[in-house]
Amino acid sequence: MMDEMISRSLCEHVEALRNKEYSAVELAGAFLKRMEEAEPSIGAYLWSSPEMALESAALADKRLALGNAPLLCGIPMSLKDNISTKDIPTTCASRMLEGYIPPYSATVWEKLSDEGCVLLGKTNMDEFAMGSCNENSAFAVTKNPLDTSRSPGGSSGGSGASVAAGEAVFSIGSDTGGSVRTPAAYCGLVGMKPTYGRVSRYGLVAFASSFDQIGPITRTVKDNATVLCAISGADKRDSQSRNGGSAMPCDIDPKKLRVGICEEFMSDGVSEQVKNAHRKAADALLGMGAQIVQVKLPNINRALGAYYVISSAEASSNLARFDGIRYGYRTKNASADMDDIYKMSRQEGFGREVKRRIMLGTHALSEGFRDEYYKKALLAKALLKEDLEKAFSECDLILSPTVPSAAPVLGSLEDPLRAYMTDVFSVPANIAGIPALALPFGTGEGGLPLSVQLMGRKFSESLLYSVGLLLEGGNK
Amino acid sequence: MNYINDYEAVIGLEVHVELKTETKIFCRCSASFGGEPNTKVCPVCLGLPGALPVLNKKAVDLAIKAGLCTGCEISEISFFDRKNYFYPDLPKAYQITQFDVPLCKNGSLLIETEDGEKRVGITRIHIEEDAGKLNHDNEKTLIDCNRCGVGLIEIVTEPDLRSGDEAKAFLKKLRTHLLYAGVSDCKMNEGSLRCDVNLSVRKRGETALGVRTEMKNLNSFQFVGKAIEYEYRRQVQAVERGEQIVQETRRFDAQSGKTFSMRTKENANDYRFFPEPDLPPLVLSQKHIEKLKSEIPSLPDEREERYIKEYCIPCKTARIIAGDVFLADYFERCAAASKHPEAVANLLTSFIMGMCGGEHFECNADPLHFACVADMQSEGVINSQVAKMLLADLCTEDFDPLERVEREALAQIQAREELLPFVIQAISESERAVADYKKGKASAAKSIVGKAMGLSQKKAEPKALEKLVMERLELVKGLE
Repeated sequence: MMDEMISRSLCEHVEALRNKEYSAVELAGAFLKRMEEAEPSIGAYLWSSPEMALESAALADKRLALGNAPLLCGIPMSLKDNISTKDIPTTCASRMLEGYIPPYSATVWEKLSDEGCVLLGKTNMDEFAMGSCNENSAFAVTKNPLDTSRSPGGSSGGSGASVAAGEAVFSIGSDTGGSVRTPAAYCGLVGMKPTYGRVSRYGLVAFASSFDQIGPITRTVKDNATVLCAISGADKRDSQSRNGGSAMPCDIDPKKLRVGICEEFMSDGVSEQVKNAHRKAADALLGMGAQIVQVKLPNINRALGAYYVISSAEASSNLARFDGIRYGYRTKNASADMDDIYKMSRQEGFGREVKRRIMLGTHALSEGFRDEYYKKALLAKALLKEDLEKAFSECDLILSPTVPSAAPVLGSLEDPLRAYMTDVFSVPANIAGIPALALPFGTGEGGLPLSVQLMGRKFSESLLYSVGLLLEGGNK
Repeated sequence: MNYINDYEAVIGLEVHVELKTETKIFCRCSASFGGEPNTKVCPVCLGLPGALPVLNKKAVDLAIKAGLCTGCEISEISFFDRKNYFYPDLPKAYQITQFDVPLCKNGSLLIETEDGEKRVGITRIHIEEDAGKLNHDNEKTLIDCNRCGVGLIEIVTEPDLRSGDEAKAFLKKLRTHLLYAGVSDCKMNEGSLRCDVNLSVRKRGETALGVRTEMKNLNSFQFVGKAIEYEYRRQVQAVERGEQIVQETRRFDAQSGKTFSMRTKENANDYRFFPEPDLPPLVLSQKHIEKLKSEIPSLPDEREERYIKEYCIPCKTARIIAGDVFLADYFERCAAASKHPEAVANLLTSFIMGMCGGEHFECNADPLHFACVADMQSEGVINSQVAKMLLADLCTEDFDPLERVEREALAQIQAREELLPFVIQAISESERAVADYKKGKASAAKSIVGKAMGLSQKKAEPKALEKLVMERLELVKGLE
């Protein structure tokens, strides 16, 4: 009964809670029990509090009993540890923020908490969301629940693993260059990187402010849309946020659908089984009557470079506040000299990948190099945006793989440049600020899930989910 | 040092002005001055992880007004940038400012110099946020973030100024205009107006610019003048000795009146400016700019001219009144109710201004009643002594001056027969002064006039009284 309960979708739980099949406390209890069993081998969480979870579940039961409780009331879920939670540690999986307890909550958590969601814990991630394998966490390595020798993906790896292992109904991650979609792909889940601005970033510890978006990781497409609706909307505290209309899927006629496919995307680095899955997804849509259109993205090969320059530049500025002065880690080895405190706290507090990107970004913005790197990257960004706009005049959405391979073996991506290649399909959506949905499609060697990605125009999440539903049906 | 006049100073100013908003520029914390350290703070101005800035529209409006009252063009679209550097008073380790495209540009102000009027160019005005304050103790340094995120504008002038006096004249003019437009309190002692000076020297007649030094945070107009004077001489002497001027930041020491090197260009920060991704471009409509323009009252030069023409007020008095927006506004309210605006102007500048010690003119008297007093004096109903007494009273408590003059019989006494008893009594009670007068000490008469005035309860018409005293004294003298 318990396993069956845990493997249900969010929408099923919503109904069961209302039908009094089980209570929110029972549901939370089942997930907490699973966490107890799974955590030693998976390590999805950096922080959890069963007491707090049961307390909010009890509160949710009261609201459910009164009737007209919000949709997500009583649903056990997890949050990536870069989303600020009042009175609950928020570390970004970095020594730098060890022991930091935010005095305020992110808008996203405020919304979910108001809905009555039951927070099971904060999930592991690549330090400051920099990475795609979850191996850059300062505290623990999270394993892929489908094969513990493999990576759950990153940077929201703990989020992906928590859902895949039945340790949460859904999880909230953040996606700067694929960090929601990659874990979704490796863990056989659905992950959405929404349109830039659909979800408030207030309280999300910034990595690259112009690319960061918060998005849900779920079992099903419908679950994903349900969660996204709950966290969407313009927020006075995030000047870049907007209202984008409903994200819920609707009935669409596949025959009127123009699906774009881009050959330039399919470079050598993409595994055969991924290419196959992608082809099969296209065939499935074709079979439903959709039109498949070849689109050109001439500047797509500039995306990765532009992404790493711009995101590192912004990160070098965003992470400068971690100086050991006001909160977080401060060196115990420095003299009273201020510069020493800065240097040593940062030297000791940040991990290798974070330092690499801070240096890269600092260099890219420096006098004498700014034009060559940062400004050029901005130009590439503008060109790529134009490419995509043009493509979307010829098609309604673009189908591509989510990642070039299935979940890699842990430790196999230690070369940073190879690791960066993982993001080749995911970064264009962040650069252009458009939505991108990753969903499982087919399985590869060893039964590992494969994934395809749907990219659409700004605020076309509803369409992406609608097509996602069609593919989800075709995948079963 | 006779070569000093062979050189001229080339001076540009960077003026930081705190915007007079209730809340900070990117959050809702109070922007008021003072308070216990770190009590006016929130996640945004503390730069806590995940916090985001939200632009205060009122601050933008004030910054636009600053541009409008200094003749600037207002950019319909401008952008925010990050200026990155580490310092403990800067919680985010970057300052949000405007770098590439400022909000206002190409303005100017007219100043008076020894050689007549001079137009001083304003290169740009941009919006930025203030940093916190470091309080240095003997052993430790404490950070107060109350000022973090207070809205500022930076006003950058062209290198059009040539002396400390010109710089001071410009600052005074700028301050007057900003006060008129309600942009800022402009209180240098509270740091709401701060000035950095860029200065280089060159031989007179040359057009190329020399290497400049920057002097930071001069917190009074007087210091600006002194720092310029010192730095000008220092640079000229250095050049004469054949030394190279180094581009550097210098600190003015008020005690010694000298400037000292703080850091050279080699040690300058690379600020790594880049567009602020958390704020969308600042887009303004022409309509909104026009609306703000209509809210700015007419400016001092215009008012000065009007006072002279309309009210026949002496130039000097008109300038004094127009130089302070609070005084000018008050004057206009009184003048509108008065038949004798010149008397209002005279009373305001000779008497009331001396009563208020604060930075700005302030008067609690009802302008209608002020006008009434001025009219009575002007028409000879009361003398100036009574007028001043009434005004002083009006400042603390409102009453109808006409009614009071009648009730307390304060009207001026002019008739000879009414004045005579006071004069006779004063002379008879002033034996010593009378004796002095007889000895030829003419000034002794003054004390007798004063005494008679006192006996009349200050109501005597001064000229008639004095005339009568002199008459009687001559009479007494003649009787001997």
